[in-house]
Amino acid sequence: MSSNGVLTGEFFLNGDQACAEGGISAGCRFFAGYPITPATETAERMAERLPEVGGMFIQMEDEIASMAAILGSSWGGVKSMTSTSGPGFSLMMENLGLGAMLETPCVVVNIQRAGPSTGLPTLTQQGDMMQARWGSHGLYPIIALAPCSPQEIFNLTIKAFNLSEKYRTPVLVMADESVGHMTEKVVIPPPQKIKLVTRKKPTVPQGEYIPYKPDADLVPPMAIAGEGYYFHVTGLTHDERGYPDMTAEAQGKLVRRLIDKIELNKDDIIEVEEDQIEGAEVVVCSYGISARVALLAIKVARDEGIKVGMLRLITVWPFPDLKIREIAGKIKSFVVPELNNGQIALEVERCAGGAAETILVGHMGGTVHDPQVILEAIRKAAK
Amino acid sequence: MKYWRIPLDQDKIKPACGQVNIFIEMCKGCGFCIRFCPRQVLEESAEMNQKGYHFPYVAKPDECAGCGLCEAICPDFAIRVSLREKKETADVQ
Amino acid sequence: MSGNGDQTSIYNLLREDRMPHIWCSGCGLGSVLNAFLSALLKSGLPLDKVAVISGIGCTGRAAGYIKLDTFHTTHGRAIPFATGLKLANPELNVVIFSGDGDLASIGGNHLIHAARRNIDMTVICVNNFNYGMTGGQVAPTTPLNARTSTSPYGCTEIPFNLPYLVTAAGATYVARWTSMHVRRMENTFVEALLKPGFSFVEVISPCPTQYGRKNKQPTGLAQMNYYHDNSIIRHGAEPRDVGIELNSPIIVGKFVDIERPTFSENWTKIVGSKFAHEPQSKAKAVKA
Repeated sequence: MSSNGVLTGEFFLNGDQACAEGGISAGCRFFAGYPITPATETAERMAERLPEVGGMFIQMEDEIASMAAILGSSWGGVKSMTSTSGPGFSLMMENLGLGAMLETPCVVVNIQRAGPSTGLPTLTQQGDMMQARWGSHGLYPIIALAPCSPQEIFNLTIKAFNLSEKYRTPVLVMADESVGHMTEKVVIPPPQKIKLVTRKKPTVPQGEYIPYKPDADLVPPMAIAGEGYYFHVTGLTHDERGYPDMTAEAQGKLVRRLIDKIELNKDDIIEVEEDQIEGAEVVVCSYGISARVALLAIKVARDEGIKVGMLRLITVWPFPDLKIREIAGKIKSFVVPELNNGQIALEVERCAGGAAETILVGHMGGTVHDPQVILEAIRKAAK
Repeated sequence: MKYWRIPLDQDKIKPACGQVNIFIEMCKGCGFCIRFCPRQVLEESAEMNQKGYHFPYVAKPDECAGCGLCEAICPDFAIRVSLREKKETADVQ
Repeated sequence: MSGNGDQTSIYNLLREDRMPHIWCSGCGLGSVLNAFLSALLKSGLPLDKVAVISGIGCTGRAAGYIKLDTFHTTHGRAIPFATGLKLANPELNVVIFSGDGDLASIGGNHLIHAARRNIDMTVICVNNFNYGMTGGQVAPTTPLNARTSTSPYGCTEIPFNLPYLVTAAGATYVARWTSMHVRRMENTFVEALLKPGFSFVEVISPCPTQYGRKNKQPTGLAQMNYYHDNSIIRHGAEPRDVGIELNSPIIVGKFVDIERPTFSENWTKIVGSKFAHEPQSKAKAVKA
């Protein structure tokens, strides 16, 4: 293993473990978490690996403390992450909002399980996708990525760190129990092949630093505690100096910039995987494990002569609305398999704007789709 | 200040004497400085500042020993105490 | 005291561009902040490495007035935030400056765990016996029978004895003063700041607009006089015996000052020492 912690090699890992390795490869050196099925293996691996790479692991008293701790650690200059599932995700919401408001880089992994409430702790679902976007109160944007394999969760955890550092925002990795507990080959490349991004530092002298004065990309350079910049940051609506400014004007200015920071940089942030969209009649639009399950249905449908395209959302938030709009004009319908009662399907329908039909293949969770059901939906959509 | 006898080192040691500067407009009339001054140097003024509070004034400037308690206890950072020279002879009762 | 020729005075640590502060006339928070800033200077700690973290409430606003690296976080979560900050950069001196509601109610769990871990941090808990900022509701520190807006017939709960709570949880330095005891409070802050491990200082402070008004002490001065006449200084008192009741004496002083390994010391001994040399992962690659 190289001194920067990257465990180069080929491994047989489950998604949770691959996620931990992704974090470490990305430079994460602080993990604060709380055990929760099915994400616990990430914490366990971090507990073992972080001391090896000079990092710090702490199991906090609850998920609320975990989220607060990773924010604090980020402000201490260390790349930080936590991992949880539905019930813990709900607990983290308030501090996720604080992370968005303070503009703190950090990564929060949600290995989704069947809910609501305690639900099915050991079984899969994709029921938190809307919560990922709107879970905390108030107005803020979020970036959320959806991996569909242990290899991809490794890759996307690194991407999540890079995006969080570049845009100074918490980034979510919305995996699910199937991916988290699936054990597959994971190839960890040599460190030279892994591109890393770290937050912009202030370039002005200490007395002149204005904490929330943005650069042209709408992202302010970030000072960290202990370097003499003497900044004040607050969860209250604030002005560029970081001081509370309790006016509608300040609110409009601040929130507009927070939202635009992500919205106006969508081209850089959004990633999708497309296959045979050109000339397709039906496009299967999915994400995470459901996208993978749908591959079999797509293959069989194509063998039957149906022109089926595949659109896999790697970035779920910000939602690739332009891509959906563009495709909608050229196809008959979208088929959206997801392990919930319709969450991303709502976004697809919204963006399709009536130009194409949106057919949800829902599933309450507990297991993945039967590809036959998706196939039936594709056949019906193609008629 | 009144002494009951002349101090033996009176010519060598001068008791400290303080200068109390009050930022009248910062005062919120809490009264802590007046109440807790060990020498009762401050009293409430009959005048009011812009906010409508009766700020303190230095009623007994020669009594002030410059201890700085008023400055330390003022919740509004409205008092600064500095030391000043004061010519003094022992005034024996 | 700002004498002539002071290199740094507390006024250099105040964000003058945010003065005057929002605290009421007669509120004790200004006095506590005043004492804290003096203590910071007296302690000799490098100011670049001091971080102040606060929560929500009147006391929480103090972070916004301090010209250091300061964080105004969510309600009750200043302590875990500070834990993360400290673990990321152990050189930092983290100070949590927050109120009784923030630290002992919603933040209670984090308070006891940080004390248990003996994380190297200093917690200044300003206790005004209610939730002042939101209009004077009952708090876990409100004395039995006291009136607040959500205990209009009198508080029916026995409050936390905060020194007892944190001592039981594992704090290594526990003291209490009132905001009237400015010099003693300042000296205690210096000791707490310099002592490694979890230091906890409770400061009883007037809240004339809410708690005081509802409990026959409608001015800050009335409450300060009460502290003056009813405080009993008892260093080394048993924390179990220093609970506060309505219209009764308040025991103040330094109650606990003990030695216990800190979180970092234990971590270094048990974990860190295993990786003194170039770490080799036990995780074996299938194909490297």
